[in-house]
Amino acid sequence: MTARMDKRFADVAAEGRPVLVTYFMAGDPDFETSLSIMKALPKSGADVIELGMPFSDPMADGPAIQLAGQRSLKGGQTLAKTLEIARRFREDDQRTPIVLMGYYNPIYIYGVDRFLTDALAAGIDGLIVVDLPPEMDDELCIPALEKGINFIRLATPTTDDRRLPKVLENTSGFVYYVSMNGITGSALPDPSLIGGAVARIKAHTNLPVCVGFGVKTADHARAIGASADGVVVGTAIVNQIASSLTEEGKATDATVPGVEALVRGLSAGVRSARLAAAE
Amino acid sequence: MNQAPKLNSFRGGPDEDGRFGIFGGRFVAETLMPLILDLQDEWDKAKNDPAFKAELEHLGAHYIGRPSPLYFAERLTAELGGAKIYFKREELNHTGSHKINNCIGQILLAKRMGKTRIIAETGAGQHGVASATVAARFGLPCVVYMGATDVERQAPNVFRMKLLGAEVKPVTAGSGTLKDAMNEALRDWVTNVEDTYYLIGTAAGPHPYPEMVRDFQAVIGQEAKEQMLAAEGRLPDLVVAAVGGGSNAIGIFHPFLDDDSVKIVGVEAGGKGIEGDEHCASITAGSPGVLHGNRTYLLQDGDGQIKEGHSISAGLDYPGIGPEHAWLNDVGRVEYVPIMDHEALEAFQTLTRLEGIIPALEPSHALAEVIKRAPKMGKDEIILMNLSGRGDKDIFTVGKILGMGL
Repeated sequence: MTARMDKRFADVAAEGRPVLVTYFMAGDPDFETSLSIMKALPKSGADVIELGMPFSDPMADGPAIQLAGQRSLKGGQTLAKTLEIARRFREDDQRTPIVLMGYYNPIYIYGVDRFLTDALAAGIDGLIVVDLPPEMDDELCIPALEKGINFIRLATPTTDDRRLPKVLENTSGFVYYVSMNGITGSALPDPSLIGGAVARIKAHTNLPVCVGFGVKTADHARAIGASADGVVVGTAIVNQIASSLTEEGKATDATVPGVEALVRGLSAGVRSARLAAAE
Repeated sequence: MNQAPKLNSFRGGPDEDGRFGIFGGRFVAETLMPLILDLQDEWDKAKNDPAFKAELEHLGAHYIGRPSPLYFAERLTAELGGAKIYFKREELNHTGSHKINNCIGQILLAKRMGKTRIIAETGAGQHGVASATVAARFGLPCVVYMGATDVERQAPNVFRMKLLGAEVKPVTAGSGTLKDAMNEALRDWVTNVEDTYYLIGTAAGPHPYPEMVRDFQAVIGQEAKEQMLAAEGRLPDLVVAAVGGGSNAIGIFHPFLDDDSVKIVGVEAGGKGIEGDEHCASITAGSPGVLHGNRTYLLQDGDGQIKEGHSISAGLDYPGIGPEHAWLNDVGRVEYVPIMDHEALEAFQTLTRLEGIIPALEPSHALAEVIKRAPKMGKDEIILMNLSGRGDKDIFTVGKILGMGL
């Protein structure tokens, strides 16, 4: 069940470097382009893929990811098509873990049982559902764990030591530490503070801790990767895609190569993270 | 000794997880969970604190102008020739609507919690004005998120908010209406968790907001009940209110929920007709889903994407409804019906001409339903309607539609 995820984290840890987790929005700007982007990610150095599920009202996201969702929905993307992208990706790649990330309502409307069955069949390894805190675990988290799909929880600076055990209780795969209060795409906080936060979470769990929100460059990735088990990059990739589009929001020849170049740079960043930390 | 069996009540909700049946709950990002739990703790303490209650009542009487009158609409009753029609005149409150009842309550909570900055969302601008008003009264900075479309069609209220010292931030995302303003307010809140209090204006959102807002608005129904008993010696046969998010409606409904003889009707915005997409009738034409922290009836497509609503009334222009209304519909205690834009507009003019009261477009929806029902009821029957806001803010919208020059 969690084998693919656990193996990937173990293998990368054995290489002595942090995991690079890359996020992009399924269907942005269209189905075929985003399938090409997804296929390009592991080749460019991504270790884990977070596949965004577009939602009309992304309350925890900044403008970049909100616009990506709007482009995707305008292009006719649906949850069924997002699962189809994952399924097509799996035809060529059985080793890169895929985490679906988004909001609960499209899953709820799809039907939780049907969704979990179809997600498993499509080769999904984990879920991040932003608006399902531990208090709502009966909705999706528990059914997902029973089916063998990881439920990855966000921990934030507001998650104090009193609350942390509750947040970690049904978390599996990895813990996603949101490095600041706020929405996706904001500025990166002081990396030295992040080291302390990661240590605080690790005192409560044996799961790997990945850090995201605000990681934009190879230097950021290197700095975060010095203390975290993984680095999550989202908005920077989404912005890269957006900058490559035509005025009408259509993909160009630069769309996929642009993402490849960015991710190669980020990958070089995480690969030198521990070296930098040891210096 | 065995406990006596519990009475069957429609007033017991929500449960400790904030649920009304399957509706309600706490569907929020982890960043907000500790805040919502803190708010719940503070609210639990405040509602049992006599000093809090006393301050609320004092401000209610001397700042808002409570109790608001119960008014017998004699000429409207005579014109319709049926049931006696009474209005609970919330439009006479300070700031011109029921919204202030909730704002006073919540800003007292914000002060108790040591918060130093207020944020709010607004549709018609009534809640924005009420929020800006209490923020001025208590000396706190206030940011109001308002859809860009609404900023345009509710210009007088935008000006009021600015005069009161609030910063009005127009939201262009989506259709630029209330739901988008709420998204933006939530984004502000997750970014400024330490010092900021989110003053939600309707009986929706994550627990404890639906319960808390209802309890602050229930003063409407409590007063109306006493006033009706004093005026008529009995309860009304029918209670009617307009429902967007549903705070004025739950405020007048809640004290009557366990009175079996009282029929209760909530009126949704039918817009240009519920067959198409240009309406806001979440219960009549929507389905259960999860948005803005709670499960409730929503306007959505088959993929769970939220649709943009439409109503002539900015205050009803929201694709969801408070979770307690969703539950009251499903258990059959309250009937929810749609009223079209043009019916509300006619009712607006009827009341203006017959009673000399310019109602807001929101309660004009409730009034249109009253106008349909009153002639079919006996002269010995009584209707109570929540006249939740005054229409000053709407005169330009109405004037434009009617082609009246100034």
